[in-house]
Amino acid sequence: MSNVLILVDHASGNISKTAGELAAFGKRIGAVTALVLAEPGSGAVIADQLKAFEIEKILIAESADFAKHGIPAIADAVASVLASHSPKALLISTSARGKEIAARVAVKSNSGLITDAIDLSENLIATQSIFGGSFTVHSHVKTGTPIITIRPSAIDFTATPSNPTIENVTVEISDIAKLVSINNMQPAVKGGRPELTEAKIVVSGGRGTNGDFSKVESFADSLGAAVGASRAATDAGWYPHTHQVGQTGKTVSPQLYVACGISGAIQHRAGMQTSKTIIAVNKDPEAPIFDLADLGIVGDLFAVLPQAEAAINAKKHA
Amino acid sequence: MKIAVCVKQVPDSWAEKKLVNGLLDRAGVDAVLNDLDEYAIEEALRIVEPLNEGSETPTHTITLISMGPDRATEAIRKGLSMGAHDATLISDSALAGSDALATSKVLAETIKSGGYDLVFCGTESTDARMSVIPAMLAERLGWAQLTFAGVVKVDVSGNKVEIDRMTDAGVESMSANFPAVLSVIEKINEPRYPSFKGIMASKKKTINTKSLSDVGVAASEVGLATAWSVVDDAAARPPREKGEKVEDAGNGGDKLAEFIFEKRIV
Repeated sequence: MSNVLILVDHASGNISKTAGELAAFGKRIGAVTALVLAEPGSGAVIADQLKAFEIEKILIAESADFAKHGIPAIADAVASVLASHSPKALLISTSARGKEIAARVAVKSNSGLITDAIDLSENLIATQSIFGGSFTVHSHVKTGTPIITIRPSAIDFTATPSNPTIENVTVEISDIAKLVSINNMQPAVKGGRPELTEAKIVVSGGRGTNGDFSKVESFADSLGAAVGASRAATDAGWYPHTHQVGQTGKTVSPQLYVACGISGAIQHRAGMQTSKTIIAVNKDPEAPIFDLADLGIVGDLFAVLPQAEAAINAKKHA
Repeated sequence: MKIAVCVKQVPDSWAEKKLVNGLLDRAGVDAVLNDLDEYAIEEALRIVEPLNEGSETPTHTITLISMGPDRATEAIRKGLSMGAHDATLISDSALAGSDALATSKVLAETIKSGGYDLVFCGTESTDARMSVIPAMLAERLGWAQLTFAGVVKVDVSGNKVEIDRMTDAGVESMSANFPAVLSVIEKINEPRYPSFKGIMASKKKTINTKSLSDVGVAASEVGLATAWSVVDDAAARPPREKGEKVEDAGNGGDKLAEFIFEKRIV
Protein backbone atom coordinates (compact mmCIF):
# COMPACT_ATOMS: atom_id res chain seq x y z
CA MET A 1 0.00 0.00 0.00
CA SER A 2 1.64 3.15 -1.13
CA ASN A 3 1.43 6.13 1.15
CA VAL A 4 2.79 9.62 1.26
CA LEU A 5 4.09 11.26 4.41
CA ILE A 6 3.30 14.88 5.22
CA LEU A 7 4.94 16.83 8.04
CA VAL A 8 2.34 18.87 9.92
CA ASP A 9 3.35 22.43 10.73
CA HIS A 10 1.81 23.83 13.91
CA ALA A 11 2.36 26.56 16.47
CA SER A 12 0.84 27.14 19.91
CA GLY A 13 -1.39 24.08 19.52
CA ASN A 14 -2.90 25.16 16.19
CA ILE A 15 -2.16 23.54 12.85
CA SER A 16 -0.99 25.77 10.01
CA LYS A 17 -3.24 26.17 6.98
CA THR A 18 -0.49 24.43 5.01
CA ALA A 19 -1.41 21.09 6.65
CA GLY A 20 -4.59 20.83 4.57
CA GLU A 21 -2.68 21.89 1.45
CA LEU A 22 -0.06 19.19 1.93
CA ALA A 23 -2.81 16.61 2.50
CA ALA A 24 -4.50 17.71 -0.74
CA PHE A 25 -1.24 17.34 -2.70
CA GLY A 26 -0.44 14.08 -0.94
CA LYS A 27 -3.79 12.54 -1.91
CA ARG A 28 -2.78 12.79 -5.57
CA ILE A 29 0.08 10.42 -4.86
CA GLY A 30 -1.35 7.94 -2.36
CA ALA A 31 -3.00 7.52 1.01
CA VAL A 32 -1.85 10.30 3.29
CA THR A 33 0.01 9.68 6.54
CA ALA A 34 0.41 12.84 8.62
CA LEU A 35 3.32 13.15 11.02
CA VAL A 36 2.75 15.28 14.11
CA LEU A 37 5.82 16.12 16.18
CA ALA A 38 4.70 17.75 19.38
CA GLU A 39 5.45 18.60 22.98
CA PRO A 40 4.58 15.81 25.43
CA GLY A 41 0.81 15.78 25.94
CA SER A 42 -0.09 18.09 23.05
CA GLY A 43 -0.16 15.72 20.05
CA ALA A 44 -3.81 14.66 20.40
CA VAL A 45 -5.11 18.23 20.18
CA ILE A 46 -3.19 18.77 16.96
CA ALA A 47 -4.22 15.39 15.52
CA ASP A 48 -7.86 16.23 16.18
CA GLN A 49 -7.67 19.28 13.91
CA LEU A 50 -6.34 17.12 11.07
CA LYS A 51 -9.63 15.22 10.86
CA ALA A 52 -10.90 18.10 8.71
CA PHE A 53 -8.78 16.72 5.85
CA GLU A 54 -8.55 13.47 3.92
CA ILE A 55 -5.91 11.64 5.90
CA GLU A 56 -5.62 7.89 6.42
CA LYS A 57 -3.29 7.76 9.36
CA ILE A 58 -1.79 10.16 11.87
CA LEU A 59 1.51 9.38 13.54
CA ILE A 60 2.20 11.26 16.74
CA ALA A 61 5.67 11.51 18.20
CA GLU A 62 5.99 13.54 21.38
CA SER A 63 9.24 14.84 22.80
CA ALA A 64 10.39 17.89 24.72
CA ASP A 65 13.50 17.89 22.50
CA PHE A 66 11.62 19.43 19.55
CA ALA A 67 11.15 22.76 21.31
CA LYS A 68 14.45 22.52 23.17
CA HIS A 69 16.72 21.70 20.24
CA GLY A 70 14.68 22.64 17.16
CA ILE A 71 15.40 21.61 13.59
CA PRO A 72 18.08 18.92 14.15
CA ALA A 73 15.82 17.06 16.62
CA ILE A 74 12.83 17.36 14.30
CA ALA A 75 14.93 16.10 11.38
CA ASP A 76 16.01 13.08 13.46
CA ALA A 77 12.38 12.19 14.12
CA VAL A 78 11.28 12.69 10.51
CA ALA A 79 14.19 10.59 9.21
CA SER A 80 13.42 7.74 11.58
CA VAL A 81 9.73 7.69 10.52
CA LEU A 82 10.86 7.86 6.89
CA ALA A 83 13.03 4.79 7.46
CA SER A 84 10.37 2.79 9.31
CA HIS A 85 7.41 3.65 7.06
CA SER A 86 9.07 3.87 3.60
CA PRO A 87 6.58 6.33 2.08
CA LYS A 88 6.57 7.13 -1.65
CA ALA A 89 7.38 10.75 -0.85
CA LEU A 90 7.76 13.24 1.99
CA LEU A 91 6.00 16.59 1.68
CA ILE A 92 6.89 19.61 3.84
CA SER A 93 5.68 23.17 3.45
CA THR A 94 8.15 25.79 2.25
CA SER A 95 9.46 28.06 5.00
CA ALA A 96 12.89 28.75 6.49
CA ARG A 97 12.26 25.95 8.96
CA GLY A 98 10.58 23.54 6.52
CA LYS A 99 13.43 23.80 4.02
CA GLU A 100 16.06 23.24 6.72
CA ILE A 101 14.25 20.18 8.08
CA ALA A 102 14.00 18.87 4.51
CA ALA A 103 17.71 19.57 3.96
CA ARG A 104 18.81 17.54 6.97
CA VAL A 105 16.43 14.66 6.24
CA ALA A 106 17.69 14.59 2.63
CA VAL A 107 21.28 14.16 3.87
CA LYS A 108 20.32 11.56 6.50
CA SER A 109 18.30 9.43 4.06
CA ASN A 110 20.44 10.13 0.99
CA SER A 111 17.35 11.38 -0.78
CA GLY A 112 16.83 13.97 -3.48
CA LEU A 113 15.25 17.27 -2.49
CA ILE A 114 13.15 19.73 -4.47
CA THR A 115 12.30 23.00 -2.74
CA ASP A 116 9.43 25.41 -3.16
CA ALA A 117 7.33 23.47 -5.67
CA ILE A 118 4.16 25.24 -6.82
CA ASP A 119 2.62 22.05 -8.15
CA LEU A 120 3.12 18.31 -7.83
CA SER A 121 1.73 15.60 -10.11
CA GLU A 122 0.59 12.11 -9.14
CA ASN A 123 3.81 10.68 -10.56
CA LEU A 124 5.87 13.08 -8.45
CA ILE A 125 6.88 15.58 -11.10
CA ALA A 126 7.34 18.89 -9.30
CA THR A 127 6.72 22.28 -10.91
CA GLN A 128 8.89 25.18 -9.77
CA SER A 129 8.75 28.80 -10.77
CA ILE A 130 12.34 30.05 -10.70
CA PHE A 131 14.38 33.22 -11.29
CA GLY A 132 11.51 35.29 -9.99
CA GLY A 133 8.91 33.52 -12.06
CA SER A 134 10.68 34.02 -15.38
CA PHE A 135 11.03 30.24 -15.89
CA THR A 136 8.81 27.27 -15.15
CA VAL A 137 10.74 24.08 -14.46
CA HIS A 138 9.56 20.49 -14.11
CA SER A 139 11.79 18.10 -12.25
CA HIS A 140 11.76 14.88 -10.28
CA VAL A 141 13.84 13.14 -7.66
CA LYS A 142 15.74 10.10 -8.85
CA THR A 143 17.52 8.96 -5.69
CA GLY A 144 16.00 7.88 -2.38
CA THR A 145 12.59 9.04 -1.15
CA PRO A 146 11.51 12.23 -2.95
CA ILE A 147 11.48 15.08 -0.43
CA ILE A 148 9.51 18.03 -1.73
CA THR A 149 8.77 21.33 -0.04
CA ILE A 150 5.64 23.02 -1.34
CA ARG A 151 4.94 26.74 -1.45
CA PRO A 152 2.02 27.81 0.78
CA SER A 153 -1.26 28.59 -1.04
CA ALA A 154 -0.16 26.62 -4.13
CA ILE A 155 -3.42 24.64 -4.20
CA ASP A 156 -7.13 25.40 -4.03
CA PHE A 157 -9.01 22.49 -2.52
CA THR A 158 -12.20 21.57 -0.76
CA ALA A 159 -11.53 19.99 2.60
CA THR A 160 -13.08 16.54 3.03
CA PRO A 161 -13.27 15.38 6.66
CA SER A 162 -12.00 11.91 7.45
CA ASN A 163 -11.56 9.57 10.36
CA PRO A 164 -7.86 8.74 10.42
CA THR A 165 -6.34 6.08 12.62
CA ILE A 166 -3.98 7.51 15.22
CA GLU A 167 -0.76 5.82 16.18
CA ASN A 168 1.80 6.96 18.71
CA VAL A 169 5.39 6.40 17.70
CA THR A 170 8.60 6.78 19.66
CA VAL A 171 11.62 8.41 18.08
CA GLU A 172 15.26 8.48 19.10
CA ILE A 173 16.89 11.90 19.21
CA SER A 174 20.65 11.68 18.70
CA ASP A 175 23.21 13.55 20.82
CA ILE A 176 24.28 15.52 17.73
CA ALA A 177 20.73 16.86 17.42
CA LYS A 178 21.06 18.25 20.95
CA LEU A 179 24.13 20.42 20.32
CA VAL A 180 22.00 23.55 20.12
CA SER A 181 19.83 24.80 22.97
CA ILE A 182 16.89 27.05 22.29
CA ASN A 183 16.77 29.28 25.35
CA ASN A 184 13.82 31.45 24.42
CA MET A 185 11.22 31.63 21.65
CA GLN A 186 9.26 34.77 20.93
CA PRO A 187 6.56 34.03 18.36
CA ALA A 188 6.12 36.70 15.70
CA VAL A 189 3.42 39.20 16.51
CA LYS A 190 0.73 38.76 13.89
CA GLY A 191 -0.69 42.06 12.78
CA GLY A 192 -4.26 42.51 11.63
CA ARG A 193 -3.24 42.14 8.00
CA PRO A 194 -2.98 38.89 6.05
CA GLU A 195 0.37 37.14 5.55
CA LEU A 196 2.26 38.43 2.50
CA THR A 197 2.68 35.06 0.81
CA GLU A 198 -0.90 33.99 1.52
CA ALA A 199 -2.76 37.22 0.66
CA LYS A 200 -5.13 37.57 -2.30
CA ILE A 201 -4.13 41.22 -2.67
CA VAL A 202 -0.74 42.81 -1.94
CA VAL A 203 -0.07 46.55 -1.86
CA SER A 204 3.62 47.49 -1.81
CA GLY A 205 5.49 50.73 -1.29
CA GLY A 206 8.94 51.75 -2.45
CA ARG A 207 11.26 54.71 -2.70
CA GLY A 208 8.35 56.93 -3.76
CA THR A 209 6.83 56.73 -0.27
CA ASN A 210 9.80 58.70 1.08
CA GLY A 211 9.44 56.64 4.22
CA ASP A 212 5.77 57.39 4.80
CA PHE A 213 3.83 54.15 4.44
CA SER A 214 0.60 55.52 5.95
CA LYS A 215 -1.20 55.93 2.60
CA VAL A 216 0.00 52.53 1.39
CA GLU A 217 -1.20 50.88 4.61
CA SER A 218 -4.62 52.50 4.72
CA PHE A 219 -5.21 51.77 1.02
CA ALA A 220 -4.18 48.15 1.69
CA ASP A 221 -6.61 47.96 4.60
CA SER A 222 -9.49 49.16 2.43
CA LEU A 223 -8.84 46.11 0.24
CA GLY A 224 -8.04 43.69 3.08
CA ALA A 225 -4.58 43.40 1.52
CA ALA A 226 -1.13 42.51 2.83
CA VAL A 227 1.53 45.23 2.77
CA GLY A 228 4.83 44.69 0.99
CA ALA A 229 7.90 46.84 0.42
CA SER A 230 10.72 47.12 -2.09
CA ARG A 231 14.30 46.47 -1.07
CA ALA A 232 14.98 50.23 -1.29
CA ALA A 233 12.30 50.80 1.34
CA THR A 234 13.44 48.04 3.71
CA ASP A 235 17.13 48.94 3.30
CA ALA A 236 16.24 52.52 4.25
CA GLY A 237 14.58 51.16 7.39
CA TRP A 238 11.17 52.48 6.33
CA TYR A 239 9.47 49.12 6.58
CA PRO A 240 10.35 45.80 8.24
CA HIS A 241 12.64 43.52 6.32
CA THR A 242 10.12 40.65 6.69
CA HIS A 243 7.83 42.52 4.28
CA GLN A 244 10.38 42.77 1.48
CA VAL A 245 9.13 41.55 -1.90
CA GLY A 246 11.77 40.65 -4.44
CA GLN A 247 14.75 38.51 -5.21
CA THR A 248 16.20 38.50 -1.71
CA GLY A 249 12.81 38.74 -0.02
CA LYS A 250 9.42 37.13 -0.48
CA THR A 251 7.98 35.86 -3.73
CA VAL A 252 4.30 36.65 -3.99
CA SER A 253 1.74 35.64 -6.58
CA PRO A 254 -1.56 37.25 -5.54
CA GLN A 255 -4.71 37.97 -7.55
CA LEU A 256 -3.79 41.64 -7.47
CA TYR A 257 -0.48 43.40 -6.82
CA VAL A 258 -0.41 47.18 -6.47
CA ALA A 259 3.11 48.68 -6.70
CA CYS A 260 3.22 52.21 -5.25
CA GLY A 261 6.28 54.37 -5.82
CA ILE A 262 8.29 51.34 -6.92
CA SER A 263 10.41 51.73 -10.05
CA GLY A 264 10.38 48.01 -10.86
CA ALA A 265 14.02 46.95 -10.93
CA ILE A 266 14.60 43.28 -11.81
CA GLN A 267 15.30 42.72 -8.11
CA HIS A 268 11.71 43.63 -7.29
CA ARG A 269 10.06 42.17 -10.37
CA ALA A 270 11.50 38.78 -9.49
CA GLY A 271 9.27 38.71 -6.43
CA MET A 272 5.95 39.73 -7.95
CA GLN A 273 5.79 39.30 -11.72
CA THR A 274 3.67 36.13 -11.54
CA SER A 275 0.83 38.09 -9.90
CA LYS A 276 -2.43 37.69 -11.84
CA THR A 277 -3.09 41.43 -12.17
CA ILE A 278 -0.61 44.25 -11.58
CA ILE A 279 -1.34 47.92 -11.01
CA ALA A 280 1.47 50.47 -10.75
CA VAL A 281 1.40 54.00 -9.40
CA ASN A 282 4.53 56.02 -10.04
CA LYS A 283 5.44 59.63 -10.70
CA ASP A 284 8.05 58.66 -13.29
CA PRO A 285 6.37 57.81 -16.64
CA GLU A 286 9.55 55.94 -17.67
CA ALA A 287 9.56 53.61 -14.62
CA PRO A 288 10.11 50.01 -15.83
CA ILE A 289 7.28 48.80 -13.57
CA PHE A 290 4.83 50.15 -16.18
CA ASP A 291 6.11 47.55 -18.67
CA LEU A 292 4.41 44.78 -16.73
CA ALA A 293 1.45 46.64 -15.28
CA ASP A 294 -2.06 45.90 -16.50
CA LEU A 295 -2.90 49.40 -15.38
CA GLY A 296 -0.34 52.15 -14.83
CA ILE A 297 -1.19 55.46 -13.19
CA VAL A 298 1.45 58.13 -13.75
CA GLY A 299 0.95 60.25 -10.67
CA ASP A 300 1.72 60.91 -7.03
CA LEU A 301 0.80 58.01 -4.77
CA PHE A 302 -0.06 60.47 -1.99
CA ALA A 303 -2.89 61.81 -4.17
CA VAL A 304 -3.89 58.66 -6.06
CA LEU A 305 -4.09 56.18 -3.16
CA PRO A 306 -6.37 58.21 -0.85
CA GLN A 307 -8.74 58.88 -3.76
CA ALA A 308 -8.83 55.19 -4.70
CA GLU A 309 -9.33 54.26 -1.05
CA ALA A 310 -12.28 56.65 -0.75
CA ALA A 311 -13.85 55.17 -3.90
CA ILE A 312 -13.40 51.62 -2.59
CA ASN A 313 -14.84 52.47 0.81
CA ALA A 314 -17.79 54.24 -0.83
CA LYS A 315 -18.51 51.15 -2.93
CA LYS A 316 -18.24 48.87 0.10
CA HIS A 317 -20.79 50.93 2.02
CA ALA A 318 -23.09 51.51 -0.94
CA MET B 1 40.12 31.23 16.35
CA LYS B 2 39.59 30.12 12.79
CA ILE B 3 36.51 31.06 10.81
CA ALA B 4 35.49 29.80 7.39
CA VAL B 5 32.98 31.70 5.27
CA CYS B 6 31.29 29.81 2.44
CA VAL B 7 30.82 32.02 -0.60
CA LYS B 8 29.36 31.51 -4.06
CA GLN B 9 29.77 33.28 -7.34
CA VAL B 10 26.35 33.94 -8.83
CA PRO B 11 24.94 35.76 -11.85
CA ASP B 12 24.46 39.44 -11.04
CA SER B 13 21.09 39.59 -9.28
CA TRP B 14 20.22 42.67 -11.33
CA ALA B 15 20.70 40.78 -14.61
CA GLU B 16 18.18 38.65 -16.50
CA LYS B 17 18.96 34.96 -16.05
CA LYS B 18 18.69 32.32 -18.78
CA LEU B 19 18.46 28.56 -18.82
CA VAL B 20 20.34 26.35 -21.27
CA ASN B 21 19.29 22.68 -21.28
CA GLY B 22 17.71 23.11 -17.87
CA LEU B 23 20.83 24.56 -16.28
CA LEU B 24 21.54 28.17 -15.49
CA ASP B 25 23.61 29.86 -18.19
CA ARG B 26 26.50 31.10 -16.05
CA ALA B 27 28.80 32.03 -18.89
CA GLY B 28 26.50 34.53 -20.53
CA VAL B 29 25.93 36.89 -17.59
CA ASP B 30 28.02 39.04 -15.30
CA ALA B 31 29.11 37.03 -12.30
CA VAL B 32 29.45 38.54 -8.85
CA LEU B 33 29.90 37.52 -5.24
CA ASN B 34 26.48 36.42 -3.92
CA ASP B 35 25.47 39.60 -2.12
CA LEU B 36 24.01 37.71 0.84
CA ASP B 37 27.47 36.21 1.46
CA GLU B 38 28.84 39.70 2.06
CA TYR B 39 26.87 39.84 5.32
CA ALA B 40 28.53 36.59 6.41
CA ILE B 41 32.01 37.97 5.59
CA GLU B 42 31.23 41.24 7.38
CA GLU B 43 30.02 39.43 10.51
CA ALA B 44 33.15 37.26 10.56
CA LEU B 45 35.33 40.37 10.17
CA ARG B 46 33.58 42.05 13.09
CA ILE B 47 34.44 39.03 15.26
CA VAL B 48 38.13 38.66 14.36
CA GLU B 49 39.16 42.30 13.91
CA PRO B 50 39.03 43.26 17.61
CA LEU B 51 40.86 40.02 18.47
CA ASN B 52 43.67 40.78 16.02
CA GLU B 53 44.02 44.39 17.19
CA GLY B 54 47.67 45.31 17.67
CA SER B 55 49.18 42.06 16.44
CA GLU B 56 51.49 42.15 13.44
CA THR B 57 50.35 38.85 11.97
CA PRO B 58 46.72 37.97 12.61
CA THR B 59 46.23 34.89 14.77
CA HIS B 60 42.47 34.89 14.25
CA THR B 61 41.76 34.26 10.59
CA ILE B 62 38.97 34.09 8.04
CA THR B 63 39.19 31.67 5.12
CA LEU B 64 36.73 31.94 2.26
CA ILE B 65 35.62 28.59 0.86
CA SER B 66 33.96 28.35 -2.50
CA MET B 67 33.03 25.70 -5.02
CA GLY B 68 32.79 26.83 -8.61
CA PRO B 69 34.55 27.33 -11.90
CA ASP B 70 38.04 28.91 -12.07
CA ARG B 71 36.49 32.29 -12.77
CA ALA B 72 34.93 32.23 -9.28
CA THR B 73 38.27 33.71 -8.16
CA GLU B 74 36.83 37.11 -9.20
CA ALA B 75 34.07 36.84 -6.59
CA ILE B 76 36.47 35.44 -4.02
CA ARG B 77 38.83 38.38 -4.61
CA LYS B 78 36.06 40.75 -3.55
CA GLY B 79 35.71 38.91 -0.24
CA LEU B 80 39.48 39.06 0.25
CA SER B 81 39.46 42.79 -0.45
CA MET B 82 36.83 43.21 2.29
CA GLY B 83 39.40 41.71 4.67
CA ALA B 84 39.22 37.90 4.65
CA HIS B 85 42.72 36.43 4.96
CA ASP B 86 42.85 33.67 2.39
CA ALA B 87 40.62 31.39 0.34
CA THR B 88 40.10 27.87 -0.93
CA LEU B 89 38.40 27.26 -4.26
CA ILE B 90 37.29 23.76 -5.14
CA SER B 91 37.22 23.72 -8.90
CA ASP B 92 36.83 20.59 -11.00
CA SER B 93 35.15 19.93 -14.32
CA ALA B 94 33.40 16.93 -12.72
CA LEU B 95 31.46 19.33 -10.46
CA ALA B 96 29.38 20.90 -13.24
CA GLY B 97 25.65 20.43 -12.62
CA SER B 98 26.10 19.42 -8.97
CA ASP B 99 23.03 19.87 -6.79
CA ALA B 100 22.82 20.96 -3.14
CA LEU B 101 23.52 17.48 -1.76
CA ALA B 102 26.73 17.21 -3.78
CA THR B 103 27.76 20.80 -3.06
CA SER B 104 27.27 20.35 0.68
CA LYS B 105 29.35 17.18 0.55
CA VAL B 106 32.28 18.89 -1.18
CA LEU B 107 32.12 21.90 1.17
CA ALA B 108 31.85 19.68 4.27
CA GLU B 109 34.85 17.59 3.23
CA THR B 110 36.84 20.77 2.66
CA ILE B 111 35.82 22.28 6.00
CA LYS B 112 36.48 19.07 7.96
CA SER B 113 40.24 19.23 7.51
CA GLY B 114 40.57 22.96 8.20
CA GLY B 115 40.27 23.05 11.99
CA TYR B 116 37.63 25.79 11.96
CA ASP B 117 35.68 26.90 15.02
CA LEU B 118 32.87 28.55 13.11
CA VAL B 119 31.56 28.43 9.55
CA PHE B 120 29.51 31.39 8.32
CA CYS B 121 27.18 31.40 5.31
CA GLY B 122 24.62 33.75 3.79
CA THR B 123 21.03 32.52 4.15
CA GLU B 124 20.73 31.68 0.46
CA SER B 125 22.32 32.22 -2.92
CA THR B 126 20.42 34.65 -5.10
CA ASP B 127 20.35 32.17 -8.00
CA ALA B 128 19.14 28.83 -6.60
CA ARG B 129 17.47 30.33 -3.50
CA MET B 130 17.13 26.97 -1.73
CA SER B 131 18.48 28.03 1.72
CA VAL B 132 19.56 24.46 2.45
CA ILE B 133 23.36 24.42 2.32
CA PRO B 134 23.98 25.67 5.91
CA ALA B 135 21.63 23.02 7.37
CA MET B 136 23.16 20.32 5.15
CA LEU B 137 26.66 21.37 6.23
CA ALA B 138 25.72 21.16 9.92
CA GLU B 139 24.18 17.73 9.32
CA ARG B 140 27.18 16.41 7.38
CA LEU B 141 29.74 17.80 9.82
CA GLY B 142 27.76 16.86 12.93
CA TRP B 143 28.17 20.46 14.16
CA ALA B 144 25.70 22.80 15.83
CA GLN B 145 23.31 24.52 13.42
CA LEU B 146 22.73 28.22 14.19
CA THR B 147 21.01 29.59 11.11
CA PHE B 148 19.06 32.71 10.10
CA ALA B 149 20.94 34.73 12.71
CA GLY B 150 20.02 38.38 13.08
CA VAL B 151 22.34 38.76 16.08
CA VAL B 152 25.56 36.81 16.74
CA LYS B 153 27.50 36.90 20.02
CA VAL B 154 30.75 34.97 20.25
CA ASP B 155 32.49 34.10 23.52
CA VAL B 156 35.95 33.21 22.23
CA SER B 157 37.48 32.09 25.52
CA GLY B 158 34.39 30.08 26.42
CA ASN B 159 34.18 28.50 22.94
CA LYS B 160 30.51 29.49 22.85
CA VAL B 161 28.27 31.22 20.37
CA GLU B 162 24.78 32.65 20.83
CA ILE B 163 22.41 33.84 18.15
CA ASP B 164 18.94 35.25 17.69
CA ARG B 165 17.34 33.26 14.89
CA MET B 166 14.95 35.58 13.08
CA THR B 167 12.35 34.12 10.73
CA ASP B 168 8.66 34.60 9.98
CA ALA B 169 7.92 32.29 12.90
CA GLY B 170 9.49 34.70 15.38
CA VAL B 171 12.76 35.18 17.25
CA GLU B 172 14.53 32.24 18.88
CA SER B 173 17.51 32.75 21.17
CA MET B 174 19.86 29.80 20.72
CA SER B 175 23.31 28.84 21.92
CA ALA B 176 25.90 26.16 21.27
CA ASN B 177 29.56 25.38 21.75
CA PHE B 178 32.10 25.51 18.91
CA PRO B 179 32.22 24.19 16.26
CA ALA B 180 29.08 25.56 14.66
CA VAL B 181 27.63 26.41 11.26
CA LEU B 182 25.93 29.80 11.10
CA SER B 183 23.94 31.61 8.46
CA VAL B 184 23.22 35.31 8.81
CA ILE B 185 20.29 37.34 7.51
CA GLU B 186 20.85 40.57 5.61
CA LYS B 187 19.56 42.72 8.43
CA ILE B 188 22.47 41.74 10.69
CA ASN B 189 24.98 44.36 9.52
CA GLU B 190 26.00 46.73 6.75
CA PRO B 191 28.77 45.08 4.71
CA ARG B 192 31.73 47.38 4.10
CA TYR B 193 32.89 48.44 0.67
CA PRO B 194 36.42 47.22 -0.02
CA SER B 195 38.86 50.07 0.57
CA PHE B 196 41.61 50.88 -1.93
CA LYS B 197 44.10 49.47 0.58
CA GLY B 198 41.97 46.34 0.91
CA ILE B 199 41.83 45.86 -2.84
CA MET B 200 45.62 46.23 -3.16
CA ALA B 201 46.21 43.85 -0.25
CA SER B 202 43.82 41.25 -1.71
CA LYS B 203 46.04 40.85 -4.76
CA LYS B 204 48.75 39.37 -2.52
CA LYS B 205 46.41 37.01 -0.68
CA THR B 206 46.41 33.30 -1.46
CA ILE B 207 43.60 31.47 -3.20
CA ASN B 208 44.28 27.73 -2.91
CA THR B 209 42.67 25.96 -5.81
CA LYS B 210 41.84 22.35 -5.06
CA SER B 211 40.53 19.53 -7.20
CA LEU B 212 37.93 17.01 -6.08
CA SER B 213 40.56 14.42 -5.29
CA ASP B 214 42.42 17.02 -3.17
CA VAL B 215 39.38 17.23 -0.88
CA GLY B 216 38.75 13.50 -0.96
CA VAL B 217 35.50 13.32 -2.93
CA ALA B 218 35.14 10.92 -5.87
CA ALA B 219 33.98 12.37 -9.19
CA SER B 220 31.25 9.72 -9.23
CA GLU B 221 29.66 11.31 -6.12
CA VAL B 222 29.03 14.70 -7.74
CA GLY B 223 28.05 16.40 -10.99
CA LEU B 224 25.00 16.37 -13.20
CA ALA B 225 24.98 12.61 -13.85
CA THR B 226 24.76 11.72 -10.16
CA ALA B 227 22.49 14.59 -9.10
CA TRP B 228 19.78 13.43 -6.69
CA SER B 229 17.12 15.21 -8.73
CA VAL B 230 16.78 15.92 -12.46
CA VAL B 231 15.16 18.63 -14.53
CA ASP B 232 12.66 17.22 -17.03
CA ASP B 233 12.00 20.45 -18.88
CA ALA B 234 12.21 24.19 -18.44
CA ALA B 235 10.42 26.94 -20.29
CA ALA B 236 10.58 30.70 -20.19
CA ARG B 237 7.40 32.29 -18.97
CA PRO B 238 5.81 34.35 -21.74
CA PRO B 239 6.41 38.07 -21.13
CA ARG B 240 3.51 40.00 -19.63
CA GLU B 241 1.34 42.02 -21.95
CA LYS B 242 1.78 45.69 -21.36
CA GLY B 243 -1.46 47.25 -20.18
CA GLU B 244 -2.92 50.72 -20.19
CA LYS B 245 -0.91 53.67 -18.84
CA VAL B 246 -2.76 56.83 -17.87
CA GLU B 247 -1.60 60.22 -16.65
CA ASP B 248 -3.21 61.23 -13.32
CA ALA B 249 -5.36 64.24 -14.20
CA GLY B 250 -6.90 64.47 -10.76
CA ASN B 251 -8.94 61.29 -11.15
CA GLY B 252 -6.15 58.67 -11.14
CA GLY B 253 -7.38 57.18 -7.87
CA ASP B 254 -10.91 56.81 -9.18
CA LYS B 255 -9.56 55.11 -12.30
CA LEU B 256 -7.56 52.75 -10.14
CA ALA B 257 -10.60 51.85 -8.04
CA GLU B 258 -12.77 51.46 -11.18
CA PHE B 259 -10.22 49.02 -12.65
CA ILE B 260 -10.34 46.91 -9.47
CA PHE B 261 -14.16 46.83 -9.56
CA GLU B 262 -14.15 45.83 -13.25
CA LYS B 263 -11.79 42.95 -12.53
CA ARG B 264 -14.14 41.86 -9.73
CA ILE B 265 -11.19 41.42 -7.40
CA VAL B 266 -13.17 42.96 -4.55
